[in-house]
Amino acid sequence: MDTKLEPIVQALQEKFSASLEEFRNEVHVFVNPDQIVEVLTLLRDKYDFELLSAMTAVDYLPQMSPRFHVIYQLTSLAKNLSLQLRVPVNGADPQVPTATGVYEVANWRERELMDMFGITAVGHPDPRILLLPEDWKGKHPLRKDFPLGYEEVQFTFNFDDINLRKHYAKE
Amino acid sequence: MGIEQKLGNMGVVTTKLEDLVNWSRTNAMWPMLFGLACCAIEMMAAQAAHYDMSRFGMELMRASPRQSDLMIVAGRLSRKMAPVLRRLYDQMPEPKWVIAMGDCASCTGVFNNYSLVQGVDEVVPVDVYVAGCPPRPEALIHGVVTLYEKVKGDKFKDVVVQTKSA
Repeated sequence: MDTKLEPIVQALQEKFSASLEEFRNEVHVFVNPDQIVEVLTLLRDKYDFELLSAMTAVDYLPQMSPRFHVIYQLTSLAKNLSLQLRVPVNGADPQVPTATGVYEVANWRERELMDMFGITAVGHPDPRILLLPEDWKGKHPLRKDFPLGYEEVQFTFNFDDINLRKHYAKE
Repeated sequence: MGIEQKLGNMGVVTTKLEDLVNWSRTNAMWPMLFGLACCAIEMMAAQAAHYDMSRFGMELMRASPRQSDLMIVAGRLSRKMAPVLRRLYDQMPEPKWVIAMGDCASCTGVFNNYSLVQGVDEVVPVDVYVAGCPPRPEALIHGVVTLYEKVKGDKFKDVVVQTKSA
């Protein structure tokens, strides 16, 4: 771990009883969903993490029990540091409080989360669909239980069957 | 000048109207300036000096659908783009043709997923499919020549029947 990062991580551990994971000098701090806004505010105001450089989620469907991790990648330009926050979120009704009050860029990132993973950002100012078609209903494509193939692949042996089902455009 | 001398004393050429119309269509077919993905780069290369599609009467790519006869769907078509593509097609004046350029436009190639239209023939009627990922300019030109062969075989009666049934 970067020596400049150690006191920051320690402060987070003491104040929020956050757990820690380290992999090849990259630090992941695990935070509860109800603490995340407070943690982000503290990091921005006190420890100069002025940039939320990425925000995404991972679906660990078969192997982990809080199914999702929402990931906040923070960068401090002043101190040349980067820190990753992870928020484990349950699969049944996935929710995180919105971070738009702290970082303005979280707006579109959270809309993308809502599209792709169905993780609701509670209190989001503009929760419309961002990337998917406007009339998209239901399933979320980046979840692990989303079907991989969209259409059955046409080979010689099933060419005619699929051709019957396929509708072609008319003039 | 010129043509009178070549025609000799006759001054008359006889042909079928069908042949004349189809000849004029194939020798001044203007494609639409419309690229969706990496196939568009090959389409530009086919248009540029090295391959020079103006040898086949395609002097200009038109930036407006109102002025074009041929839509070359160059690239993968996303579901959000599909209504736009259909609208551009509907804005083109008759007669009009479509070339599905590349694997993505023909059948989405390797992208069998939720975000792309599985072959543009679901949205617009396609005349010629050009295979390749992306097809080389030669392949596109071959597709264009194939389309010309198809257009040269067009019969007036078929066109009339089509319009009535539509």
